[in-house]
Amino acid sequence: MTDVQTPVDIEASLAGRKLTHGKLPRYTPMAVFVGSLVLVGGLLAVLGSFSIPLTVFLGVLLHAVVLLVVTRMVEGGRAAKDRLATTLMYSAFGLALIPLISLMWTVLQNGLKRFDLYFLTYTMRGVFGGMDAGGAYHAIIGTLEITLFATLISVPIGLLTAVYLVEYGPTRLGKAITFFVDVMTGIPSIVAGLFAYALFVLFFGPGVRMGVVGSVALSVLMIPVVVRATEEMLKLVPNELREAAYALGVPKWLTIVKVVLRTAAAGIVTGVMLAIARIIGETAPLLLTVGVVNSANFDLFDGRMMTLPVYVYRQYSQGFAPNGITTINYDRAWAAALTLILIVMLLFAVARLVSRFFAPKTGRR
Amino acid sequence: MTTTGDPAAKPARPGKQRAPQRPGDLIFSISAKAAGVLILVILAAVALFLIVQAWPAIQLDSAELAEEVHWIGEAQSLLDYVGPLVFGTILAALIALIIATPIAIGVALFISHYAPRRLATSFAYVIDLLAAIPSVVYGLWGGLWLMPKLYPVFDWLATNLGFIPIFEGPAADPPRTILTAGIVLAVMILPIITAVSREVFLQTPTLHEEAALALGATRWEMIRMTVLPFARSGVISAAMLGLGRALGETMAVAMVLSPGLLYSFLILRPGQQQNIAANIALKFPESSGVGINVLIFTGLVLFVITLVVNMLARWIVSRRAEFSGAN
Repeated sequence: MTDVQTPVDIEASLAGRKLTHGKLPRYTPMAVFVGSLVLVGGLLAVLGSFSIPLTVFLGVLLHAVVLLVVTRMVEGGRAAKDRLATTLMYSAFGLALIPLISLMWTVLQNGLKRFDLYFLTYTMRGVFGGMDAGGAYHAIIGTLEITLFATLISVPIGLLTAVYLVEYGPTRLGKAITFFVDVMTGIPSIVAGLFAYALFVLFFGPGVRMGVVGSVALSVLMIPVVVRATEEMLKLVPNELREAAYALGVPKWLTIVKVVLRTAAAGIVTGVMLAIARIIGETAPLLLTVGVVNSANFDLFDGRMMTLPVYVYRQYSQGFAPNGITTINYDRAWAAALTLILIVMLLFAVARLVSRFFAPKTGRR
Repeated sequence: MTTTGDPAAKPARPGKQRAPQRPGDLIFSISAKAAGVLILVILAAVALFLIVQAWPAIQLDSAELAEEVHWIGEAQSLLDYVGPLVFGTILAALIALIIATPIAIGVALFISHYAPRRLATSFAYVIDLLAAIPSVVYGLWGGLWLMPKLYPVFDWLATNLGFIPIFEGPAADPPRTILTAGIVLAVMILPIITAVSREVFLQTPTLHEEAALALGATRWEMIRMTVLPFARSGVISAAMLGLGRALGETMAVAMVLSPGLLYSFLILRPGQQQNIAANIALKFPESSGVGINVLIFTGLVLFVITLVVNMLARWIVSRRAEFSGAN
């Protein structure tokens, strides 16, 4: 029978093969990476066209190829594919870091040129051409006022909606609201601006430009973010707390206000901060609804206001100045961008601190 | 919180037979409900007001339109005007999506499956920082820093790959083209695609992953056999969310792209395409009368496009939630 011969066959077929195969030492990828970087850098330096981006690009390429070939020879095809995939993932992350780092670096480098107390405390009133003057005081005022008012509109609506969604059970209306809140997060900011304009035109006639219109536009963008953040936080509040309150005969609304919201307060504050950080940099809706102005205007309900993002855009689009300091407009744009990023980062940092130190102890972490 | 997934277990479910509510309860529940309804009303109002304000432009015929609005040519209907804008919007968003999606998936996989556990959350936070940067700063960065760096690359593309129609040169210097705009948009939508994909990748049942590894799969084979199939619909919807964002992005495009109103696939030449949002931002401050109505009409078109894309994405996500009961 053929059965008898099978063991012989297996042995014969195994004769040429090993049951184990080679394994590269753990440091191989790192070594190959450094090696290819040095090699490429050296070659480029000899050729006289050395530059860091090119070195990194070609170095990573060489690294991938060398590692692929070496692994294929020692560990086999499957391991080689695995190594290649690992290289790809790492490079994807590295690639994603490039814009972040270069953006931060350029904003810092260019922004610091004009970023000083003068810039923060003077307006653009009477500044023209390449004059060595002008600041963003009016823009900072406008941004803070408009954002604050947008927050005042959005937070109560967002908070109450989230309370409805979480505390008053999943109803059909609740499902619809959840769905449309999600959809609302996708509204383009410019459409929000057009909406606010269209709304106020009905009352004030064409060409209306007021701070409050901008606030309304921003709150359209902000409400869904607040709802989502608050909803997540309310869901984290343990049911036992609610049950304990009910057992003591506390009315439902008091339970929500004094127990649920109090427990989730830190998370909600964090969420609101992040929502503010999201909208404070919005440019397009403010460009349409609040307009552009060169002097400070403290009144939300009367006349144009300047805001930081619009200020950046305005300075950028003016281009080179004809005389004086020719790059002055770009310098001011960078400085204002730095101011804006600092405000956003500050909000982010505060939000993280709040969530770290005042987070509800749920016992799950 | 073991009852999160089970709506029936909510203690707050109002039954039919209950004592009359306290006035405080009534006021509170009504105002909570009202806030929820208000959101629906706002969304409806956005659509309604846009339609109302776009109407004067819709009802004019092309001759009147050309007379009223100087930047609309003779014998051009409203749709003739919107057409190239829609084309430009979709083209820019698609370029962004094609660039961003593979990188975002790579980054998401890196954070969820490759990076050292302890660093993973910090890495995720770093990528999320990209989302926090205001779009106008991206525009500034794209216009002043990125463009000079891109020119040699575009020039190389035009000279060496110029035979492919879309890369037809000569490359413009500075490259105020739709490809530049697409690259800036790609950076802007990267964080959202990454964040959503990462969440989905992390939801892959650990048992599936361990089973694959136990059968001798390498890490990449494990990802290909368990993580990617499980996450496919989630990644698709993540990409669509990114698409929705790219479609509506204004400032980065307005500050980088030299506009034109053509149905053109030449992505290395300036003055060919324009996107709706940037067009509105550039034209709105100087427009009046019917011009505003025309711009609002284009805004309405944009609203509808993004609404459809976003609803589709959300629908895919919600459909997914039903069959992801594996874990």
